[in-house]
Amino acid sequence: MSENHTNGAETLIRSLEHAGIKLAFGIPGGSAIPIYDALYKVRRKMKFVLVRHEQGAAHEADGYARATGKPAAVLVTSGPGATNTVTGIMTAYMDSVPMIVITGQSARGMLGKDAFQEADVFNLTMPIVKHSYLVRSANDIPRIVREAYHIATTGRPGPVLIDVPKDVGTELCEVGLEADMNLPGYHPEPKGYTPETIRQIADALAHSRRPVIIAGHGAAISRAEQELRQLAETLQAPVTSTLLGKGVFPDSHRLSLQGLGMHGTAFANRAVVECDLMISVGARLDDRILGVASQFCKNAVKIHIDIDAAEFGKLVKPDIRCRGDAKTVLQDLLPLVKKGDTADWIKRIEGFKKKWPMGYSRKGGLHPPQIIDALNHLTDGKAIMVTDVGQHQMWAWQFYHCDNPWQFISSGGAGTMGFGLPAAIGAQFGRPGELVVAIVGDGGFQMTMSELATAAIHKLPVKVILMNNHYLGMVRQWQDMFYDERYSGVDLEGNPDFVALAKAYGILGLNLKRAADIPKVLQKALAHPGPVLVNAEVVHHEEVFPMVPPGKPLEETVMEHPRRRRGRPAGRPGKPAAAGKKTGGAQGRKS
Amino acid sequence: MNKPLPTHNLSIYVANRPGALARIAQTFSRRGFNIESLVVSAGVTGDFSRMTITAKGDAAGLEQIIMQCSKLVDVLACREHTDEEVVARELALVKLAVDSARRGEVLQIADHFHAKTVDLSETSIVLEATGSSEKLDAMVDLLRKFRIIEIVRTGKVIMARGERET
Ligand SMILES: Cc1ncc(C[n+]2csc(CCOP(=O)(O)OP(=O)(O)O)c2C)c(N)n1
Ligand SMILES: [Mg+2]
Repeated sequence: MSENHTNGAETLIRSLEHAGIKLAFGIPGGSAIPIYDALYKVRRKMKFVLVRHEQGAAHEADGYARATGKPAAVLVTSGPGATNTVTGIMTAYMDSVPMIVITGQSARGMLGKDAFQEADVFNLTMPIVKHSYLVRSANDIPRIVREAYHIATTGRPGPVLIDVPKDVGTELCEVGLEADMNLPGYHPEPKGYTPETIRQIADALAHSRRPVIIAGHGAAISRAEQELRQLAETLQAPVTSTLLGKGVFPDSHRLSLQGLGMHGTAFANRAVVECDLMISVGARLDDRILGVASQFCKNAVKIHIDIDAAEFGKLVKPDIRCRGDAKTVLQDLLPLVKKGDTADWIKRIEGFKKKWPMGYSRKGGLHPPQIIDALNHLTDGKAIMVTDVGQHQMWAWQFYHCDNPWQFISSGGAGTMGFGLPAAIGAQFGRPGELVVAIVGDGGFQMTMSELATAAIHKLPVKVILMNNHYLGMVRQWQDMFYDERYSGVDLEGNPDFVALAKAYGILGLNLKRAADIPKVLQKALAHPGPVLVNAEVVHHEEVFPMVPPGKPLEETVMEHPRRRRGRPAGRPGKPAAAGKKTGGAQGRKS
Repeated sequence: MNKPLPTHNLSIYVANRPGALARIAQTFSRRGFNIESLVVSAGVTGDFSRMTITAKGDAAGLEQIIMQCSKLVDVLACREHTDEEVVARELALVKLAVDSARRGEVLQIADHFHAKTVDLSETSIVLEATGSSEKLDAMVDLLRKFRIIEIVRTGKVIMARGERET
């Protein structure tokens, strides 16, 4: 091969760099060796991170993107390498996260012949990608990579997969990196609305006396925090945010209602129940926030702003639909918004906040909300909080208060256990100077804990707080509340010694067993320059409240265990949950 | 009893790329919509394809499908058309087992529907008919009193009338 000739794989790596990809995660294998060879030979600006499991690679790229707004690449081999990324791709897809996934593939002539490690990844991933390619010729690579980056990052972001047969990687590539895109069907419009729509929205807002704003991920993705704040303050409307919208409106703001939905605050849910107008800014209004879709804001005017037209009417039929980028829409809307006449409403909401404050038990052992609360104070609400999935996730959402978007990173739509640690690693790569805390459960952590190696090798000072309740706690809570305490498949007996595990990776491991030690242990963890794993031995039985029971409307938000009556132990028979019994706190049962 | 679900006509204009058909088909199957007929053919240039789909399902579900199809990167347009808005045609080939004794009766029916005889043997006849799907249904119904060996239908294709885009 002469000097100025290059192969498909080299063109791929150069194209990724040319598009602006700064970071790649992955594991090589037979079909991906040409890509990895190119990485060795032609990589310049892009950093490569060798992970321990491909799911970790995808979540790391995901965490990086959520923390920076920019996609990273995932480079894996065919067959099992590719299928191991599926969970990570689906997680990114559900939460509108940009990502470029490059999968090696069997050579073109072997496709469809059950070649070694051949999996039809293009078709396998079709429902969980924004778009995908099976590359047929090396000369297509510069165009495909450019298109993939464009598609992943514009409109409603999402993962794009490029499947590269091995012999495309080794094929001579005769084209340069500058390629024209050819996407006649793709038109992500920041303004998919007319001025008339904006006038209608302004008019509806002007007539509302009890407005509520729901801020979602779309508002955060488009960095509409200033416009959103201006809207809320001008209208004098309270703002509640979805799990992924957390931080786009400051939790500390007087008008903040914090989160809504299944484990939202009782005051947010009540405000949504009583509002006469609901304006959703970049929230897709999914089943976890609606309670019962047909009863959601039944008598209120519903305004839905979303970049993705396919979200309108999926579960809730809006009165006014406005397709566009949240920031752009709000910028057009704000000049028409008049000061709201909502003093009575705000007063009523202050009443809700007094009546149903957020609280937690402090008695009888170590409680996860207590630890989150302490972290909140110790870090001044400034940490990038990454969570796994389960009870600890909900407590982190409820009790860590964020004032900025891209600060709270959690798997929402997919609810993927195993997300927390790798996503925190990705976030730390993206924002190296900042404090990244991962709140994980003992169940989810064990799904991707091999990524501790990645944190150790790259000296990423991620602080992992493991809420070790020795249970698949969230499932146990459902079995406790709705299945008469028939605990089936939720006891995590056999958990390892997590502190020893951390040490085995060369990471500082700390035990936290008593509430009195919270400040000491957390301070030590936060002050440590490298990665830390804190094993918090929390109470085994504790439930997340408030809760909207599944199948119930927001009106029926419950504040405490419905069956936890006097005289009834809170634990399962034969294992009284001394620690789990609610004995105090703002939501504790009065006895 | 369940009301019979309405049938919808959809026309999709799509960039001619590998996977485009699979993506569209998935959008339907994921929502439990049964595709009754699907016709794919070249567009004005080979870079584009035209898909005509008839499917049964409720209107709200269909609206979602239209939005989800429109959102696919390869799709340029996805529209529903009522029967009144379009010219709709389908072609059917029907092979019947008939001997010379009853052939005349078959030809009478064929004549009524402007169907042509395109193949003839001692024991069989193949008719070709074009027209609306309803017309073809009616013809096939009348032919059932003979022994139908095979039926092959193209599925409905539609084109918007006048200035409207399909
Ligand atoms: C990959 C995956 N498997 C199963 C589930 C179902 N699930 C949701 S929460 C949960 C329990 C999580 O347990 P743990 O990580 O210990 O967190 P905890 O709820 O105890 O805080 C399970 C099993 C899931 N969300 N993801
Ligand atoms: Mg647990």
